[in-house]
Amino acid sequence: MLTRSAPNPTSKEAADAARPHVTIRSLSKRFASAVVYDSFDLDLPRGKLISIFGPNGCGKSTLINLIAGLIPRDAGEILFDGKPLSDIKFGYVFQNYREALFPWLRSFENIEYPLKLMKMPAAERRLRVERLVERLGVAIDLSKYPYELSGGQQQLISIMRALVVDPEILFLDEPFSALDYEMTLFMREQLQRVFLETGTTTLLVSHDLEEAVFLADYVLLLSRHPARVADYVPFAAPRPRSDATLSNSDFVATKAHCLEVFQREVRRA
Amino acid sequence: MKRLDPYLPIIGVVGLIALWYIAVWLKLVDPVLLPLPTDTFHAMWTGMTGGRLGRDFLYTVERTTAATVIAAVIAIPLGIVLGASERLYRSVEFVIDFFRSTPASAMFPLFLVLFGVGDRTKISVAAFGAALVILFNVAYGVMNARKTRLLAAKVMGASRLRTLFDVTLLESLPQTFVGLRNGVSLALVIVVVAEMFIGSTDGLGNRVFEAQQLFQMPDMYAAIFAAGALGYGLNLLFLLVERRFVHWSGK
Repeated sequence: MLTRSAPNPTSKEAADAARPHVTIRSLSKRFASAVVYDSFDLDLPRGKLISIFGPNGCGKSTLINLIAGLIPRDAGEILFDGKPLSDIKFGYVFQNYREALFPWLRSFENIEYPLKLMKMPAAERRLRVERLVERLGVAIDLSKYPYELSGGQQQLISIMRALVVDPEILFLDEPFSALDYEMTLFMREQLQRVFLETGTTTLLVSHDLEEAVFLADYVLLLSRHPARVADYVPFAAPRPRSDATLSNSDFVATKAHCLEVFQREVRRA
Repeated sequence: MKRLDPYLPIIGVVGLIALWYIAVWLKLVDPVLLPLPTDTFHAMWTGMTGGRLGRDFLYTVERTTAATVIAAVIAIPLGIVLGASERLYRSVEFVIDFFRSTPASAMFPLFLVLFGVGDRTKISVAAFGAALVILFNVAYGVMNARKTRLLAAKVMGASRLRTLFDVTLLESLPQTFVGLRNGVSLALVIVVVAEMFIGSTDGLGNRVFEAQQLFQMPDMYAAIFAAGALGYGLNLLFLLVERRFVHWSGK
């Protein structure tokens, strides 16, 4: 199903997998008095889930917002397989699901909205949404309005709205930070399932180290601004990961290492 | 006990009528000035069913409706345009706020000169007052559209025009309804005042004024209550329409 799990990858597939998906070159961004990024370079691999973690105000969200074009950059270049953002399909999930969904539309209509923008016929839209629901095993009454659903369900609707266009890359900006712990655990499961099902390159901004490591193939640790890559830590535990993963030694060691780097960066002020 | 909660508002009504009876029986107020509630409700009933009061009530409804419709037709599109560009709104904000703060009744003489004695003056002054209230609310509704929602539309690839129709306009609807409710209340106030004075021969304002002049106190109170019921009813009507079409308001 995924290129990387194919038994005999052809040379083209192998080359595709090896080439970075996102290339960031000389990215610069400043706000009023703060230089947040100054000639920042980064390559992001294809089909991996990358968590972004760092001190408060270091520009975690700014990074994905720059990559996703939500805020303009001052200088630099960001390419996806050599193509600019305008040529690719991507999904973006906001932290504040309550303000990101459209309360005047039913959940189903929210999910199909991006397809509507693409001028896809109604029957095809319905099919696409139904297929997505089935693939993710979502059990929500989609005829309800968002405000009739729980916080986690609403965020799941936003994630589905981002996924319905079959994005090449998925951005999530602290997607679970407005949810209670019980719901956060459930949503981690859901996100992992989405990732396993779709294999979409995913960038996740998180303020919770446990979550960042648990979900990630790589943890991108940023320094205080101007942000540099403080460390880029792989975490290769097999998926699906479960509560047991949280106590396995590899997880504990990776988290401890990330925490150490984080503390070092925080003290550097 | 909780089951009875919906009936709580009745207590205030019963209390008011009880106080009224007590005031009449104890002669706290000159009986000529304060008739019995029963006399008042009788006057209201006969007036509304085939009497002058019913006819005057309809005139006032007609004028208030006309004024509100005219105000909405002008103010809603204008409010959207102004709200869509914050700099444009800031440049006319003072003028809007100034005239919004000007008592509309102070404009009667001006409108009399412009439109003469008649319905056109009453309706246009009321429309003028209501339009400013609606305009102000619509513009703010558009300006205060949730930024995240606009960004969400943008990242999904919606054009600016599409975002305006799919997001901004719907975002501004709850505030637009606030404007409409306040606008219709103001229009009613202005219409009733206009009916009292400037050369009027009909309408609730005229009914109140004339009954007072002729010392027909039950008729006067009946007309006041009819005006109150009209104001309350219009507000309720807009609330019901809002709840039906802006189901997400406040959620």
